[in-house]
Amino acid sequence: MSDLTIAQKMLGGEVAVRSAPYFPRKKKRITGRSIAIIIFLSICAIFFCVPLYVVIITSFKTMEQIREGAMFSLPNVWTLEAWDHAWNSACSGINCNGLKVGFWNSVQILFPSLILSIGISMITGYALALWNVRWAGGFLFLLFICAFVPFQIIMFPLISMTAAIKVYGNVWGVAIVHAVLAMPVLTLIFRNYYKDIPQEIMSAAVMDSGSFWKIFVEIILPMSGNILIVVLILQITSIWNDYLIGVTFGGMGSQPMTVNLANLITISTGTTRYNDNMAAALQTAIPPLVIYFFVGKLFVQGITAGAIKG
Amino acid sequence: MPKVSFEHITKTYGNVPVLKDLNLAIDDGDFLVLLGPSGCGKTTLLNLLAGLIDVTDGRIMIGDRDVTDVDPKDRGLAMVFQSYALYPTKTVYGNLKFGLSASKLPKDEVERRIAWAAKLLQIEPLLNRKPAHLSGGQRQRVAIGRALVKNVGVFLFDEPLSNLDAKLRTETRLEIKKLHDTLKTTIVYVTHDQIEAMTMATKIAVMNGGVIQQFGTPDEIYERPANLFVAGFIGSPAMNLRKVKLSIANGKTEAVFGSGVRFDLSDYRFATAPQDGAEVILGLRPEHFLVGAGTAADSAATFEVPVQYAERTGPDASAYFVLENDLLALRVEPAVAAGLKPGQVVPVRYLKGKAHLFDAQTGQRM
Repeated sequence: MSDLTIAQKMLGGEVAVRSAPYFPRKKKRITGRSIAIIIFLSICAIFFCVPLYVVIITSFKTMEQIREGAMFSLPNVWTLEAWDHAWNSACSGINCNGLKVGFWNSVQILFPSLILSIGISMITGYALALWNVRWAGGFLFLLFICAFVPFQIIMFPLISMTAAIKVYGNVWGVAIVHAVLAMPVLTLIFRNYYKDIPQEIMSAAVMDSGSFWKIFVEIILPMSGNILIVVLILQITSIWNDYLIGVTFGGMGSQPMTVNLANLITISTGTTRYNDNMAAALQTAIPPLVIYFFVGKLFVQGITAGAIKG
Repeated sequence: MPKVSFEHITKTYGNVPVLKDLNLAIDDGDFLVLLGPSGCGKTTLLNLLAGLIDVTDGRIMIGDRDVTDVDPKDRGLAMVFQSYALYPTKTVYGNLKFGLSASKLPKDEVERRIAWAAKLLQIEPLLNRKPAHLSGGQRQRVAIGRALVKNVGVFLFDEPLSNLDAKLRTETRLEIKKLHDTLKTTIVYVTHDQIEAMTMATKIAVMNGGVIQQFGTPDEIYERPANLFVAGFIGSPAMNLRKVKLSIANGKTEAVFGSGVRFDLSDYRFATAPQDGAEVILGLRPEHFLVGAGTAADSAATFEVPVQYAERTGPDASAYFVLENDLLALRVEPAVAAGLKPGQVVPVRYLKGKAHLFDAQTGQRM
């Protein structure tokens, strides 16, 4: 206070603020309840962390050390040999070109599948929510029912259908099947999101432009940021981690990384190369993780968006 | 500047009729206000005109064109919505420009119109802002601007002032009125606010229960309400409505109150011949009362009534008296109101030639 100049004192404002009564908040004490919660959460964390720890350290060990059997010990020699082997020369069936083949296949499957599945369900949701579609209610109900149909039941019809349109056994076949299977849930998500757009904005757009596509591209699409991120993450994860659709519809040439990984691990001759397997598993799991790291924060915002109207 | 007409409009939702065989026509350049309480069908009527919902039966004409089945964008209309309905991801400029997206105009014409509307509404400094960064009044201007750029003959307003505060509402009201005088367009304006209706309209259609109760100029609606609903709806404080008996004796027509007070109706112009002894509703406007006794020459009746309370509403004051167990509202001078003590019995008189009579059965003006 002593460093205040006379002019400042005359202004008075700062003095008043500094001399205002100060109410210290009571410090939170550690109670038995909070200790119990911390212990419980720690156990949960260990439950997930221990296997992950084993996978990671094993992937950096040599086979000699693994044979010694000490599962939790750190590698004597840190080596990237297993990572290199899994990526470049592990065998999937008779092809020994490593996981990188599957990785690029997965990337090639991912983009068309994403664009197709999100594009179709977004436009369907937009039409159902904001335009007067005849039988919209019945159509939604049907979609809702479809969300409960297990993929295995419709696998055979889908195979013959994709074969009939000559996309069976290539990337496009996989993409189309992904789009079809994702449609019920994604359409419902988009439809519910768009339902919250005020009716008057839509009425204004209809009077201003009246064009289905123009309104979608200029008004609705820019308003879909939040939900797009949610759906993008859901779809990237499910498409990347998918095994069954890839192995069924991918044919020999375009099997995704997960199929590669499974082939590599279920090898039945010779010793199991745990370090290679662990490295391969990590390589397969990393891409969705990276996505989470980059857009995870946006994901949470998107999920809660619309929960409370701003 | 086209005229607008509704011919035999019926609108039902499922089995619920909202509008029944409605007919309404307004002239080129009219400022029509659709006035009524919530749920009276006024917004439905506006949306039918805009084409946002389809008519069940009937025909809508704009100018000489039957637009009943025409797309909203092709009807030659522009609309301002209650919530403004600005596109949140577009700038003010983008909003105005999208308003023109249906009309395939050359780029320089688009620019010219946006500049013109922005200048007229004084939103030029806001052109690069998003709606989220505008105040309520500014959003309102942008919404009006988006309608203006279309350069159409008919403007629709759906309760555009209800989200503004009282001061801004008065200002915007004047501006819309001014805009109408400058542009000479036809305007259809929906509101439940009678002051907006009385101040802006050239024609008012008072609606209730999906039926137009009265259609006329603000003066006609106020001076000669067609039925009990209009009489009770327009005016604040509302018109005092009392059940009385007609008495015709010795060539003198009078209304007799339950308490025996006789109300002189000799100068009332009856539209239907009065019956002696008939029950009718007498409507008395609060502003046609005077506190203090008068003579038979200048007053229709004098009541001796106790004061309930008096309240001042700024330049005016209202006083409430008890007449036959019911409140009687009067507009009085603030100075007079100050002198009224609750419980005090004072004489009040009603001016001659200002009474309204309604049939007790049908509610129609007599």
